[in-house]
Amino acid sequence: MRDDSGFGPLLALAGYFAVLSLFAIGGANAAVPEMHRIAVEAMHWMNDRQFSDMYALAQLSPGPNVIIVTLIGFHVAGVAGAAVATIAMVGPTCTVAFFVGRTWDHFKDAPWRAAIQTGMVPVSLGMVAASAFVVARAADHNAIAGAVTVATGVTAYCTRINPLWLFAVAGVVGLAGYL
Amino acid sequence: MSDPAVAIPGAKPHQPTLSELFVSFVGVSVSGFGGALPWARRMIVDRRGWMTAEEFNEVFALAQFLPGPNVVNFSIVFGQRFGGGPGAAVAIAGLLGPPVAIVTVIGALYAYFGDINALGRILTGISAAAAGLIIGMVAKMAMPLFRNGMTPAPFIAIVGFIAVGVLRYPLPLVLIVLAPISVALAWVRR
Repeated sequence: MRDDSGFGPLLALAGYFAVLSLFAIGGANAAVPEMHRIAVEAMHWMNDRQFSDMYALAQLSPGPNVIIVTLIGFHVAGVAGAAVATIAMVGPTCTVAFFVGRTWDHFKDAPWRAAIQTGMVPVSLGMVAASAFVVARAADHNAIAGAVTVATGVTAYCTRINPLWLFAVAGVVGLAGYL
Repeated sequence: MSDPAVAIPGAKPHQPTLSELFVSFVGVSVSGFGGALPWARRMIVDRRGWMTAEEFNEVFALAQFLPGPNVVNFSIVFGQRFGGGPGAAVAIAGLLGPPVAIVTVIGALYAYFGDINALGRILTGISAAAAGLIIGMVAKMAMPLFRNGMTPAPFIAIVGFIAVGVLRYPLPLVLIVLAPISVALAWVRR
């Protein structure tokens, strides 16, 4: 399972997440399909169930959802893996944000700035929608699980309820053995 | 504790110190279940009065279109604006430090107890709900886009969804093709 033979896994984590960092348009959630593709399908670091467990744990933990990469890194290479994956995932994007943030205000009235902002909205929507699909496919193994997903989606859309309550209900349904 | 910057509308907002920045972002990170941005807004606009709602939206729009996690970008741009390089560094340290420590402990526990049947069942339920949570978010994001009638935007979103979600093409590849097309269409239609 785990490959502890030197720096190979750490380099792989660093390389994959550093690239992903710069392509995660639409936030950490938008990058979930690519994380799944790398961790489950390409590198075989974990199976489908472990991936959806980690997604659930990242949602349950306080803080930004991007910490799912910390869990993946830990799973692959322990504490060093957690640190490398986290730094790789936020380092490049932080650098870009720092420099763009300093100059962005100068272009307030530039027409290309508006075009970029408008044009990126549907792209990021498509990516987040893909994430929803991938996470649902990894998590929903039967009709009742599908029903939990749909019910949560409708509740989250129609109300402003704290998601922890939805997780609590779904956790109880799962514990009862219906899923 | 009274905060004069909140009490006087239109007054010049009070400038956060580095330690205030750090403490505030720690607060955002540990309370931010299910995404930290709503908490960041509460702290910055409602409680501390460091930014007006309009200023917040402006920085938020930038954080959204930049690559990477939105709230991470937000704290960098926000920290940079109020404290330069050191400001950005303490904001991101406060935002990520505690959650990364907590989730590493959770990862270690999962490595030991992940095979326990009851835990697996609970997590299965929670993952099903977590999937629903993103679907709800997608619906909220999609509504304004699809309501605007016949624009290229819904088409772009659907193509991106199919390419990445259904066909499982690599994300960088899809973005390199789709993003310039979408920006060009927005430019032509401006």
